[in-house]
Amino acid sequence: MGVCAYNPKKSFLLELGKTLQICISFLSQHRLCGVTGSSHVISCYPAEMRQKNQELRSMSEKPRLIYFNGRGRMESVRWLLAAARVEFEEIFLDTREQYVKLIKDGSLMFQQVPLVEIDGMKMVQTRAILSYIAGKYNLYGKDLKERAFIDMYVEGITDLMHMILMFPFSPPEAKEKNLALITERATHRYFPVFEKALKQHGQDFLVGNQVSWADIQLMEVILAVEEKTPAVLSAFPQLQAFKTRMSNMPAIKKFLQPGSPRKPPPDDHYVSTVLKVLAEE
Amino acid sequence: MSEKPKLHYFNGRGRMESIRWLLAAAAVGFELGCYFFLSLDGALLFQQVPMVEIDGMKMVQTRAILSYIAGKYNLYEKDLKERAWIDMYVEGVRDLMDLIRVHHKLSPQEQQKNLALIGEKAATRYFPVYEKILKDHKDDFLVGNQLTWADVQLIEAILTVEEKVPTILSEFPLLQAFKARVSSIATIKKFLQPGSQRKLPTDEKAVAFTNRIFNRR
Repeated sequence: MGVCAYNPKKSFLLELGKTLQICISFLSQHRLCGVTGSSHVISCYPAEMRQKNQELRSMSEKPRLIYFNGRGRMESVRWLLAAARVEFEEIFLDTREQYVKLIKDGSLMFQQVPLVEIDGMKMVQTRAILSYIAGKYNLYGKDLKERAFIDMYVEGITDLMHMILMFPFSPPEAKEKNLALITERATHRYFPVFEKALKQHGQDFLVGNQVSWADIQLMEVILAVEEKTPAVLSAFPQLQAFKTRMSNMPAIKKFLQPGSPRKPPPDDHYVSTVLKVLAEE
Repeated sequence: MSEKPKLHYFNGRGRMESIRWLLAAAAVGFELGCYFFLSLDGALLFQQVPMVEIDGMKMVQTRAILSYIAGKYNLYEKDLKERAWIDMYVEGVRDLMDLIRVHHKLSPQEQQKNLALIGEKAATRYFPVYEKILKDHKDDFLVGNQLTWADVQLIEAILTVEEKVPTILSEFPLLQAFKARVSSIATIKKFLQPGSQRKLPTDEKAVAFTNRIFNRR
């Protein structure tokens, strides 16, 4: 708090000095650079800028991810934060008691995880979380139309990811059919779209010639499908090049290395933990 | 940009209804496109409808379309955090709407079970959240004290659930007031009147038609 004030009773030079300081601080505010110096100058920042600085400080606290110790719906959030070079903490749900406690505490708006504590909010709903992170860290294009394309691509990829996400929970007799469907959809419905988009504009990224949420989501799904069908990119040279390019981006390269927050493919233990915690038959 | 958006879908609610709602709330007139999807081959990015021709784009994916409309017509906050709340509220409502959207495709026995599920989820998981939001901030709308996508999605959900469970709002006085308030907004009042672009609850004919079109496995 503070008021820009100068005491007319002080000497002329002192007044002049302070007036100059005020002018400098006014000018530097408009360039958004902080002028330090006397406490009078610092306190001349307008209220909204002080609030922005305070917000930035609270924003520097690490996001906290609450989910099972596995990929599931949270993995896309891990990818996006990693690509944005945002460090985060994780709390893993192993027991039903933890989950019930979260509900009783009122932490889960719709009694569901993922939950991400970020910037003072307890965010739920994967898409809302991803959208916020993308917006905050400049991964959402630069205008409404670029956003529209990013959204379309992300939604398509999410439909494919959903099939992969649900796969471990499908009954044994349906697994072969579901696997074939994942491969078929990837090869005939989704990958051709992105192959064409990259071919048409010849740029490194899907939208707006800069990396966005769509690129990160596409990278995630390519690797996830390849785990099931290793040769799935054989007919997609643009996507092969895209995959190589993305893998070489420092933040993603780091995420792909052992010891990163990236989770392994789901196994039986993961499936049984999820079912136990959610108490679903 | 002054051309009206063109909506491509079959003649029923389905996934397109939320888009009709949002355009109506924003007072944006729209046209109907071709029902014969096969001729749209190549125009459907992922071979699926809804598809909306808007501002030179052939947009697909319901959420992407809604997000664009909300952004364009000031039904989406500019502040990132307020957007986050709108997104969370919208996603919650959509989960509830998904239960209703598939209802007509189920067998009579499954429908009975689904009806109970809709009532239970609405009354215990979703509506209490919105009742509390309205109670806590005492504003007329869910976010930012102005009509947003979240409010339009919520009123759609309330009316749709009420068609199946007429007494669903009995424990939610603030939602009752919300419903009355939002229904009386000029654009929404108009949409709720007969003769508007609003579709009737999906009926048997529409079900049969889509089954033929999509060769449902």
